[in-house]
This record gives sequence, C-alpha cells and structure tokens, in this order.
Amino acid sequence: MRLSFLARKGNEALARMAIAAFVAPLDPTLDELAELKTAVSEAVTNAIIHAYPDGEGWVSVEAVLEGDLLTLVVRDEGVGIADVEEARQPLFTTRADLERSGMGFVIMENFMDSVEVESSPGKGTVVRMTKRFATRSSDREAKVE
Amino acid sequence: MAVHLSHELRGTALIVRVGGEIDHAVAEEVRDYLDTWLRRSGARHLVLNLSDLEFMDSSGLGVILGRYRRLAPDGGRIVVCGVNSTVHRMFELSGLYRIVSAAADEDAALAELGVA
Repeated sequence: MRLSFLARKGNEALARMAIAAFVAPLDPTLDELAELKTAVSEAVTNAIIHAYPDGEGWVSVEAVLEGDLLTLVVRDEGVGIADVEEARQPLFTTRADLERSGMGFVIMENFMDSVEVESSPGKGTVVRMTKRFATRSSDREAKVE
Repeated sequence: MAVHLSHELRGTALIVRVGGEIDHAVAEEVRDYLDTWLRRSGARHLVLNLSDLEFMDSSGLGVILGRYRRLAPDGGRIVVCGVNSTVHRMFELSGLYRIVSAAADEDAALAELGVA
C-alpha cells in the first residue's frame, strides 16, 4: 500500500483508518490494532506539525506485509530533524505551545518492534517501523474469553 | 470520526466523559471544552471518564498534562477512569500516573477525590 496526503490536520485519522484496513486480513487483536494505529498516528502527526512550517507538502505512508511481519514507512519531504537522537528523547518537544507531550517517538518504540528514523535538515524525514503480528494459533484462541 | 464530550458537576469535581477519538486534529477542541467547563463550573477537580474512548494518541497526554498544570496550583487533582489497556500503557510510559490517579469508574474516582 502507498497512501499520500497533504500534511494537514485531520489526515491523521485517514492514515489510521487505511492502516487498520490494510492489516485486517491478519485478524489482529484489539491491542495490536490499537498499538499500530497509535504508532501511525504519532509518526503522521509529527509530519503534519513539523515538516512544512512555511506551507503545504505531502506525507506518504507505505506498508508492506510479508507473512505476519508489517513494515511501515512514514515519509515527508519537509524541513527534517537536525538532531534525531534528541528528538527521540522522552518529553522532548519543540511545540510546547501546542501542548505536545514529547512522547511520540517513545510510544512508537514501545508499540512497534523496531523504529528507525532517517532525517537531516532540508532533506525530509523517513520513519521506518516494523511489527510482527502474533498468528492466530489454537494456543492464542484459548486465551480469548 | 470525531470526539464526543459531555460533562456533569458533582460537588467540587467536574466529570467529563470522552468518547470517540482524541488526536492532534481535535486536541484543541478537547482542551477548550475542558477549560471552558472548568472555568464556568468553578470545579476544583477533574474526573476524566475514558470508558467510551475508541482511540487516543499522545495528543491526549498533552491535553491532560496541560489541565494538570492549570488545576494543580489551586490544589486541584485529576482522576482518570475507564482506561483501556493501550491508553493505560501510554500513561505508564509517559509517567502520567505520577500526577494523575486512576480509578475503576466514576464513583471510585469521586471517592478518591473525597467528593461524596
């Protein structure tokens, strides 16, 4: 799947709905689905808030499923991040004025299996995440109440 | 997709029930609703009932932290109830439970605040 949309407030929900539909064939648990939607929402919100301070631009979400492994890439062509390590720290935010919590990357890291960020000033930002979904085994069915 | 908000004043506590989705697109609406009704009601404490919440990302954390900063100087407290497992993990990760209490439901939240 590749989905592109303008970096505008409101398109976070579009990205969440698209990714939820994309993984539906895996029959994810409610928790897995909520974790994935939250991680996508964090990455896309970052792009919407930060990438294009002086105008409009595009954000894309690419998703690939290989068996039970989802690879997800959220990409923008905006201003980029000067210090990625700093940006990933808990509570780091440049938009306290918007009451942003600075927890976006921490949540992505905890809700996905891996998170890689490639960014440099003027070159845009690419966030690549993976998540492996537990297959619906008889073992797991037994735990459903 | 949208957020649904309603409220009820119980003694010194404003109960706000949040349903639907909280993300960046609606964070300002939620913040304005909470600030408006906290001001109009004169409530000291805030109970957030999240049992009908279908989705929340870190935008919600920012809104709760902001209300804490507003209420805490006057001794006001925030209690959340009806928290689902994913949101619970976000609250744990962010350290929100150091400043906000959790309760099972509205009655337990009011008891926690000493509001009968």
